[in-house]
Amino acid sequence: MTMKLHVDPIACAGHGLCAELLPEAIELDEWGYPMLAASVPARLRGHARRAVSACPALALRLTGNDDRGEGGPARAQ
Amino acid sequence: MTKKGSVTRLTAGWRRSGRPASLHEHARQHGQLPPLHSGQDLIDEVAAAGLTGRGGAGFPVGTKMRGVAAQRGPKVLVANGMESEPASRKDESLLASSPHLVLDGIELAASAVGAETAHLCLPRTGGGLADLMLKAVEDRRRHQVGTVPVEVRQLPHDYVSSEQTSLVSWLNGGLALPTGSRPRPSERGVGKRPTLVHNVETLANVALIARHGADWFKDEGTQEAPGTMLMTITGAVAEPGVYEMANGALVGDVLSAVQADEDVEAVLIGGYFGTWHQVSEVAGLPFSKAGLAGVDASPGAGVLFALPANRCGLAEAAGIARYLAGQSARQCGPCMFGLPAIAGDLTQLADGRPEGEPLDRMDRRFGQISGRGACRHPDGAVRNAESALSAFAADARAHADGRPCLAARQGRQLPGTEPATQGDWR
Ligand SMILES: Cc1cc2nc3c(=O)[nH]c(=O)nc-3n(C[C@H](O)[C@H](O)[C@H](O)COP(=O)(O)O)c2cc1C
Ligand code: SF4
Repeated sequence: MTMKLHVDPIACAGHGLCAELLPEAIELDEWGYPMLAASVPARLRGHARRAVSACPALALRLTGNDDRGEGGPARAQ
Repeated sequence: MTKKGSVTRLTAGWRRSGRPASLHEHARQHGQLPPLHSGQDLIDEVAAAGLTGRGGAGFPVGTKMRGVAAQRGPKVLVANGMESEPASRKDESLLASSPHLVLDGIELAASAVGAETAHLCLPRTGGGLADLMLKAVEDRRRHQVGTVPVEVRQLPHDYVSSEQTSLVSWLNGGLALPTGSRPRPSERGVGKRPTLVHNVETLANVALIARHGADWFKDEGTQEAPGTMLMTITGAVAEPGVYEMANGALVGDVLSAVQADEDVEAVLIGGYFGTWHQVSEVAGLPFSKAGLAGVDASPGAGVLFALPANRCGLAEAAGIARYLAGQSARQCGPCMFGLPAIAGDLTQLADGRPEGEPLDRMDRRFGQISGRGACRHPDGAVRNAESALSAFAADARAHADGRPCLAARQGRQLPGTEPATQGDWR
């Protein structure tokens, strides 16, 4: 199952910690807000989880994660 | 301000003065409020008519009504009469001329989906519109027309405050700001009840379909775009104003019908979230969702602006970008920072005083902004700016090289391009 990152754009305050912890899948735009890769490879699961829990605004979410914990099924937007 | 176009259905009985039709005049024009035999029948009829939403997105109305009707418990109906699109006047004209046609639609749609209350949302700054509607609601109460109580509500008037989740949020006592895509109003809206949100023109069409049926409705327009559409047509035309046109009429025919100047070369289609095009590109296309899809345009709320030959399209687009930047609800970073950034780029370009390479910069920024807000506001702003750069590509190149056209000095014609007063969202 592929994992996907989601950001709540209203909650996100552009702290940018996530991009430091997961540069492979998160890039900041020129204003410091995260742009997310389409999916997160399984080998980065640990880093992705860390990025999610590091967000001070609780704006980041990981879905399609195969063990229990954060996320849940990917939702259609 | 309001004029009849080639068809008179919604506009039947409209007076030049814009005076509202009384309940009596309305009944004489359109007939009495038809009794609702069963909600399902009306929903089926609306679906068979192929009516689509007139608030901008053009979603099939029957499908939406079915979705809400199928939910459990009492529902709520919200009529969207906010018309936050600065280039549009059609909802205001409809309400001010035929208030009872809209109220009939509210009554019928509410009854059909099982709504016990209805809210008519109007802009707080709408002049006498709310008073006029309150009077119409009161007249119906006195004459015992209809059963669903209608509350006339007056909301802050900003571009995003009329988006459906903003309406629901405000009606629930919150701010008139978009709340994102979940939960959908149709599942959990006003008072946590399933809520059907429709544009007022959509509801007026429901009132006509209930009277005359699906086949009658489809006698106008095209198979793909049945019925009529209220259009606000401004710019270089004989009489700017609101027209009722057969849905899916060719853009070129619409321009001829309103006697657009011969030398008009470009148009804005759909409004401030819409797109700029050379007339030669769109003249032969139907003004409908499917008809315009091939050039990435859409009818939106029925806005058509004919750019006068002596005006600069880039300057108009820059004005729109500044307006939309000022209208950001400032909740989402890419919207809050990105829209002023592209508005600045476009303004430099229009003025012929670019810093660096504005075309490359905008190209990169468009990709960084689209799809990254909680609502579609930033997407709409990017779409408009992007389309201007392509419709006026040669001009854009010249402006970028510091050679602005003479027309850029003429000023702009489209309304609402002053810096927006930052909203009070309560
Ligand atoms: C930023 C934004 C502004 C909107 N403004 C309006 C508006 O002024 N009037 C309107 O009817 N719909 C507006 N809409 C669309 C509504 O969210 C909603 O889809 C519509 O009222 C549904 O009615 P319909 O199905 O009859 O089209 C807006 C949408 C967005 C994203
Ligand atoms: S994208 Fe812009 S207008 Fe939409 S919710 Fe976010 S800040 Fe508000």
